[in-house]
Amino acid sequence: MTGTRHLHTPCIRIVSCASLLLGMQMPSTALAQAASTPPVVVASKPFGESYLLAEMFAQLLERSGRPVQRRVGLGATEVAFAAIRTGAIDVYPEYVGTGLVAILRDSVTQAMRTDPRSAFSHVATRSLRKFGVHWLAPLGFQNGYAIAVRRETATRYRLRTLSDLAMSPARLTAGFTSDFIGRADGWPGVRAAYGLTLADVRPLAPALKYEALARGAVDIIDGYATDGLLAKYDLVTLDDDRHFFPPYEAAALVSTRLMSADPGAVAVLAALSGRLSEAQMRAYNRAVEVERRPLAAVAREALADVGLADTSASPRDETRNARPSVWQFMRGRVRETLRLTVEHLELVAIALLGAILVAVPLGLWLVHRPTLASAVLQVLGVVQTIPGLALLAFFIPLLGIGALPATIALFAYALLPIARATIAGLRMADPDAAAALESMGATPRQALLWVRLPLAAPVVLSGIRTSAVLTIGTATLAAFIGGGGLGEPIVTGLALADMRLVLSGAIPAALLAVTVDALLAIAERALEPAHRRTTRRDSR
Amino acid sequence: MTALTSVSVTVPAGTLLALVGESGSGKTSLLRCFNRMVEPDTGVIAVDGVSVRTIDAIALRRRIGYVPQNGGLLPHWTVLRNVGVVPRLTEAPDADGAARIALERCGLPAERFGARYPYELSGGQRQRVALARALAASQDLMLLDESFSALDAISRHETIEAFAQLRATHGFTAILVTHDLGEAARLADEIAVMRAGRIEQCAPLSTLITAPATPYVRELLHRALASVRSLAQA
Repeated sequence: MTGTRHLHTPCIRIVSCASLLLGMQMPSTALAQAASTPPVVVASKPFGESYLLAEMFAQLLERSGRPVQRRVGLGATEVAFAAIRTGAIDVYPEYVGTGLVAILRDSVTQAMRTDPRSAFSHVATRSLRKFGVHWLAPLGFQNGYAIAVRRETATRYRLRTLSDLAMSPARLTAGFTSDFIGRADGWPGVRAAYGLTLADVRPLAPALKYEALARGAVDIIDGYATDGLLAKYDLVTLDDDRHFFPPYEAAALVSTRLMSADPGAVAVLAALSGRLSEAQMRAYNRAVEVERRPLAAVAREALADVGLADTSASPRDETRNARPSVWQFMRGRVRETLRLTVEHLELVAIALLGAILVAVPLGLWLVHRPTLASAVLQVLGVVQTIPGLALLAFFIPLLGIGALPATIALFAYALLPIARATIAGLRMADPDAAAALESMGATPRQALLWVRLPLAAPVVLSGIRTSAVLTIGTATLAAFIGGGGLGEPIVTGLALADMRLVLSGAIPAALLAVTVDALLAIAERALEPAHRRTTRRDSR
Repeated sequence: MTALTSVSVTVPAGTLLALVGESGSGKTSLLRCFNRMVEPDTGVIAVDGVSVRTIDAIALRRRIGYVPQNGGLLPHWTVLRNVGVVPRLTEAPDADGAARIALERCGLPAERFGARYPYELSGGQRQRVALARALAASQDLMLLDESFSALDAISRHETIEAFAQLRATHGFTAILVTHDLGEAARLADEIAVMRAGRIEQCAPLSTLITAPATPYVRELLHRALASVRSLAQA
């Protein structure tokens, strides 16, 4: 499940444009910093290895007596990097290649391909100068792209390197992630670099590709060097002997805030530099993603293995036997689920209430200004088309991470359906009757309250209903920027390939959406003007 | 664009003036000047000798009955509530009582019709409710904007007769906009023939027939009489 690591990063550009436009440091960022001063905020991106490394960082810091706040599962590179740049988080694990390609957007030189140290020093220097973010010395392993085949294929065609594959008469079918197929530093680049030919290239979801390869549906896939599943299925990774891929050494990324506020904490983290090998990481990832062992336990063992924790009291065996069913698992999480549901409802309620308070008056004001109305609806429409994660990332430089930017992003999403429904409802609300009433001496206010609003109410409410259901769904994304809610178990479950965890968030979220929808449907019927209710009764 | 130019009409108290013309002739604009839904750039509109400009527009409208083409009834209100809407706007003490009386006068007993919704009525009944609503607002002056035009022939005739009856009993002043000369002939004391924002001639029907002031008036009357004649021959 490391597919999300190499997400495209258009949002980074949006984010930096936004801060340029504003041209100032928002006070709220300072506020977020002040609030997180006592604990060290440890974050991760939403995939297994990132969770595991973050947990190791967190445990190391805790062992040194420092309070730690975990903000794990931040959505993709743009969110995590924006958060560390603005000091909303203090440390998270990142990869040199990602820093080079996705964050700095620099081109990969031949020297960097062949010499990881040259790539690291380039990325570290440039990141510090450009963003004020510090890279600690690499942890010791690389997690770059790995082209993998079944052992049986490798033996039959004598494949050891990508050059072997180029020379081989084998006609293989590939299953690549769409990300890898599309990126210049992915399949198009590697094909050109080696002169590779394949029988067919099929796009495959990251979660499915190992299974597909093991079952023989495809012969060759793209993976990452430390994926636990490489070990599980006994796959062979082909050596990048021409050094096409940039080095993907893992390292801790540290905020300027922590660097100046607590240099001791940085020293504690630096103790892990150069201590982890690829084989070790593969085994730990396997323990988490394949064997489903608790993250905290695996992290403790990993720290013990490198001599940074005691080996005793490892609850390895008891946790391995505990494999409750989905039902038992959910029952064991009732309290937690309730807490998350309340958190989720808070996010949705505040965002939706704000959207109603803004969008309904906005619609009332716009209904007699058609040109302006279409312009405003267009702007709101554009907001709606911004991918959820990108919109969330947009607010990080302004508001940091957590519930506040999540609420504001949800609010922005909820505006369009309500404003549009208000305008449509008012336009459809019997213009003859309203005009007649005004001709008889009704004030505009009376015409609004007696005719326009009562007749428009069901349509307005249907817009609110659409927004509510939409917001409940979208609010699961809040977890990607540390906003809490039912998205938390979904994000973690996806990262750790733990379907029970995903369901423990997804099912309550779906039930919540259905329930709210049904309640609002009842309200909609109650608000329906008398004559239409009577019509319905008659037609029954 | 100018809708009306050099228009001058006088409606003596208790009479009905019909504004006749094609769509775009300015007849509705002229009608709407009387309750200040249209404000003329120049000139004076006076009701009871008082310029309407000196009267608050909202207060003025509440003193004038108004019957639009499609009734303009509030679809979510019952008939009784609809008829009492102007007393309700002015917060008069007994809106429902006034509504009952007005309904009765328009031949719609409140016990039978008061609790119905507009969609439960025929087109003719709806226009009578609109008439009752105007009557409940004012016993003195009523503006009718193509009030009978959208009805089918028979209910239209019935509604026009009911209105004629109502005026015969109550004798209020009225201005009726219509494109139908026959309707004007049946109801009006004087007819103003309008064309392109001007009044071609304003006179009783007999004068329009015997002494048309312009070729357009002659043509209009000629056509109307011809169609009546051909109907009679058939």
